[in-house]
Amino acid sequence: MSAPTLTTARLVAGYEPTLPIVNGIDLSVAPGDFVTIMGPNGAGKSTFVKAIAGTVPIHSGRVLLGDFDLTRTDLHQRVRHGIAFVPQTENVFAKMSIADNLELAAQVLAPSLRRPRVDAMYAMFPDLASRPRMPAGRLSGGQRQMLAIARALVVEPSVLILDEPSAGLSPKMVADVFATLTRINAQGVSILLVEQNVRAALAVARTAVVLVEGRIRHHGPAAELRDSPRLYELFLGTRGEAAA
Amino acid sequence: MNAQPLIDGLVAGSMIGLGAIGITLTYSILKFSNFAHGEFISWGAYAALAVSSALTMLYAPLAAPLGPFSFGWSLVIAAVASAILTGLLTLLVDALLFGRLRRRGSAAIVLVMASFGAALTLRALLEFLATSKPAYFTSSLQIAMKLGLGARATPDQLLLLGVAAVTVVGVHLMLTRTAIGRSMRAVSENPDLAGIAGVDVRAVVRVVWLMGGALASLAGVMAGLVIQIRPQMGLDLLLPLFAAAILGGIGSVPGAMLAGLIVGLAEAATVMFIGAEWRAAVSFFILVAVLLLRPQGLFGRLA
Repeated sequence: MSAPTLTTARLVAGYEPTLPIVNGIDLSVAPGDFVTIMGPNGAGKSTFVKAIAGTVPIHSGRVLLGDFDLTRTDLHQRVRHGIAFVPQTENVFAKMSIADNLELAAQVLAPSLRRPRVDAMYAMFPDLASRPRMPAGRLSGGQRQMLAIARALVVEPSVLILDEPSAGLSPKMVADVFATLTRINAQGVSILLVEQNVRAALAVARTAVVLVEGRIRHHGPAAELRDSPRLYELFLGTRGEAAA
Repeated sequence: MNAQPLIDGLVAGSMIGLGAIGITLTYSILKFSNFAHGEFISWGAYAALAVSSALTMLYAPLAAPLGPFSFGWSLVIAAVASAILTGLLTLLVDALLFGRLRRRGSAAIVLVMASFGAALTLRALLEFLATSKPAYFTSSLQIAMKLGLGARATPDQLLLLGVAAVTVVGVHLMLTRTAIGRSMRAVSENPDLAGIAGVDVRAVVRVVWLMGGALASLAGVMAGLVIQIRPQMGLDLLLPLFAAAILGGIGSVPGAMLAGLIVGLAEAATVMFIGAEWRAAVSFFILVAVLLLRPQGLFGRLA
């Protein structure tokens, strides 16, 4: 499976038309890449990925998947074009069963593909397969995150976007989530990950992007920043780095 | 012992339950108390009356009673047409009023107030078009059948009980076993996540309005059949409907029907043991008691 390139061109976005939080971001996520977006609080990381996913208004600029312009595409249509998004909170339907969560996501597929894709998710996440009728709200934090990822993967997306999937999880669960993301990426799905857990993210990502005040401050191989003091300088802004 | 109050309560309760299903459905997905729902019930009854009368004028045999019932095919066809017409009316009101407010991000209380305005407008318009004189689907008289224990019911009343049972099962199965039902539950719980998961939230809202209108129309036709048709009929039902929807637990279709039956039986018991003048107070009493003692209702969950 080869994913098309996800591109943002001079993307300006934010909740209020007069208060942009994302200030002109140019970024490409190459097919099969694993990009992590880092930065201090308020840097616009979540707003950036939400704008791509369609839950935050885009003021100007464009979002492209391959040659297809997604900028004005309705929220519910984006998943049909291959963009799957896992929000940070409230990312499963807590009152609905595990099976209903997955079957709901599968509804965008052709009827003949629905059952096989839901079964594929059960094979990938055996924890979910053992209790499909359990309400999602009764799952632990880690299991819930796995269901949210499975819900996003049902449609075989080109790009999987995640907003801080490790938030509130135990170190063991964080390791499980990141191992799962590595597995998904190995299957050819591009990943765009917003993460506060910098060390865990840099350990699995290939590309690292540092955002500060809604702009890219650094863009380069993740390996360069692992265990590097430069990371803290980039976060704190003690050294002015131009966007790559 | 005379079981007549039990039958009277079940008949009134089925009517209330039918209306309350529509209220609970629209409330749980659109997130506001639609006080115009009572008017959709009245409009549904009058739409069926208009279609039925027109059909009878065109072809009189259509009015010939079906079996033991007081009505003919003209009312059956008219009920289906009315469900569609009332559904379209709800879409029109949504396009003109509620949809605009939703897009502006108006608070729920603004939508509730707007629904009062819509209710007044719809009722006034109906009184203007139909006058406030009571009307009937049919002039044929029905003999009540003996049911035992001194209770009697007309075939039309027994039909109402059957229609209510079939409707509650049908709507419940639709919500729990079908793709559109799953989408409706998803939108009810988290519209943003539903959109992210590929659900067309605006399409679901349209379906909810259509269903709410169709259910209101069904309640109106049944109420018109067993009582009479008046422009105020929806307004008179409004308090019992909300009492039942809240007692049943918002979002629970079986809860709304069961609570409708409880309200109906409570009304009948009040008439028998206290006095007919207290009948209207029962719904109010139940509403206050539920809100104080169990605000999530019988089958609802606390938010």
